[in-house]
Amino acid sequence: MAARRRSPGPGGTATHLGEALPLERKLALYRWMRLTRTLEERLVALYRQTKVVGGLFRSLGQEADAVGSCFALESRDVMSPLIRNMGAMLVKGATPVEILKQYMAKADSPTRGRELNIHFGDIGPAGTTRGFLGQISPLGDMVPVMAGVAMSFKARGEDRVGLVYVGDGATSTGAFHEGINFAAVQRLPLVVIIENNGYAYSTPTSKQTAAAQFVDKAIGYGVPGEQADGNDVLAVYDVTKRAVDRARAGEGVTLIELMTYRRKGHAEHDNQSYVPAGEIERWAAENDPIDRYVRVLTEREKVPVATLAEIDAGVAAEVDEATEIAERSGTPAPLDALEGVYADPPRERPLWFREGADVSGLGQERPEGWGTWDAGKGGAR
Amino acid sequence: MAGTEITYLEAIREAIDEEMARDPEVFLLGEDIGAYGGAFKVTDGMLAKYGEARVIDSPISEIAIVGAAAGAAHMGMRPVVEMQFIDFIANAYDMLTNYVATARYRAFLPCPMVVRGPSGGYVRGGPFHSQNPEAGFIHTPGLKVVYPSTAEDAKGLMKAAIRDDDCVLFFEHKYLYRRIKGVMPAGDHVVPIGKARTARVGTDVSIITYAATVHKALEAAEKLQAEDGLSVEVIDLRSLAPLDDEAIVATVRKTNRVLIVHEDTRTGGIAGELTARINETCFAHLDAPVLRVTAHDIPLPYAPALEDFVLPQVDDIVLAVRRLAAW
Repeated sequence: MAARRRSPGPGGTATHLGEALPLERKLALYRWMRLTRTLEERLVALYRQTKVVGGLFRSLGQEADAVGSCFALESRDVMSPLIRNMGAMLVKGATPVEILKQYMAKADSPTRGRELNIHFGDIGPAGTTRGFLGQISPLGDMVPVMAGVAMSFKARGEDRVGLVYVGDGATSTGAFHEGINFAAVQRLPLVVIIENNGYAYSTPTSKQTAAAQFVDKAIGYGVPGEQADGNDVLAVYDVTKRAVDRARAGEGVTLIELMTYRRKGHAEHDNQSYVPAGEIERWAAENDPIDRYVRVLTEREKVPVATLAEIDAGVAAEVDEATEIAERSGTPAPLDALEGVYADPPRERPLWFREGADVSGLGQERPEGWGTWDAGKGGAR
Repeated sequence: MAGTEITYLEAIREAIDEEMARDPEVFLLGEDIGAYGGAFKVTDGMLAKYGEARVIDSPISEIAIVGAAAGAAHMGMRPVVEMQFIDFIANAYDMLTNYVATARYRAFLPCPMVVRGPSGGYVRGGPFHSQNPEAGFIHTPGLKVVYPSTAEDAKGLMKAAIRDDDCVLFFEHKYLYRRIKGVMPAGDHVVPIGKARTARVGTDVSIITYAATVHKALEAAEKLQAEDGLSVEVIDLRSLAPLDDEAIVATVRKTNRVLIVHEDTRTGGIAGELTARINETCFAHLDAPVLRVTAHDIPLPYAPALEDFVLPQVDDIVLAVRRLAAW
């Protein structure tokens, strides 16, 4: 694994399912990758202006793995992303406006200011929802949850598939193990993608597992395992489409390992001091997924450079417009914090020490004569 | 079956059965719950009646059981999952507290599911088959917690739990499974979550408790009536989250002397929270400090002499009530 990352030359080649996509869809793949990168660059600018309230998580260099894999799903399918799968969320219908509002903790953000960054979702019946389920921060937890989502598809005989992303680090969690094992035993229509980007925060994969490669874990779970070059968007599409097709055909779980590289730190504050010198630069120069795909489109598909430039301009305009819209939104009203912990009761009461709180139920009226202990009478009673 | 006396355990089974018959979205998931019928046979007969699609034997994976239940619940199903012993809910603590409890608030995701399991001691079960881990969960916003002491409440609360739109942790006391019986009220018997029950009416001292110690408190109350002429009120909380503040305040105002009894360990147990609430809301109505009878802060040992020493007993309650009455 480590050797592979130190030599980041283009590895796999796209196979037939990816190559067979019509040009229009191939250009759509390009557009989603470009939108991912441009939107993240905008978020960096907003972060530096302190308009992003919390941390900022980049997927620079991993756009192909997020976009290419989610592109293999149908609109009725459900996907649960990881922090570096903003591209997958965009493919599934999340909008730049939603993402920007979410990062800026706006009142009308998808979670009304309750959750951070791309931790939001939209799931439910097919046709009425876009089909992405927001992650939570404890890693691996979405594997069992998505097994449950897939279990509902199976129970109801619905023609729907689930896809869940984990990082190399999350493969070390109990939740990952229990979730994929459970889904495998139940033969659920679930695709599990391990994005091997070399690092979990600062921890290299060599300290995460003694396995030669993550895809080997598939054998232990009794499911098909496939590995692909995560920086080749068509290869990613190809491997995922095959897994999705198997799931749809009732053949159960597939484990996919996508080989990629995290060029930015865990989050924007991370200075990546733990990365060997030159590693990031080599990946940027030799194996950028967008650069690689531009070459595929222009050289093999004979797409004019002007066509791609036009897409880039459209993306830039979309991100500009989304930023303007998002910045206009206000911040949540403090009392909204008390809404919706439960369906019933619908809201919690503010505590008594908050101005305006209802203290009538406190019952702290002091009865006449109370509070003076009289030893002779054995107390006040 | 109205009119016939059934056990606490059978009452739980009857509730699950009725809800599965009523709502096709209700399904069961857990370890050894199908062909074997569960470690305590709570789900006995369910597989034959409802089939493998609705009575699902899982691997030994509490995280996956709870996580998969959450995912299915998001999609509109109503899972009722079993922890083979409630002690093992610790394995799913992250999934329950970080994922399930926050789902509605952070993501507007409904999570209607029941996590149930045999709980509690007095059964010589040792450290890992006797626990009462409820306090950690009532500390977590987003979860509901119930812990019935009677067969009627076991049935009615289970039906309420399955119908609730949020996650309910349903603690079943294994000491009561076959010792306690009741006649089920006729018809669709649902006990609302969040309402306490007056298990015994009294005027001198209140005991606030729940689960197996309700029966210890009732036994103590009879003894105190007979030997001391004391009139002891016993409040069975039934629901631990949300707590029935009205019932708590009402009994404090009535007797002015309060003993809180629980089988859980002392430090960080629910008695502390109840004491704080009483202090904040009706301090002026107290004639004595609120006292607690709880388990010692000890992992529960196996040997009868040791377990009996660690857990609250009837005589402990009698002693504490006498002390309160004499204050």
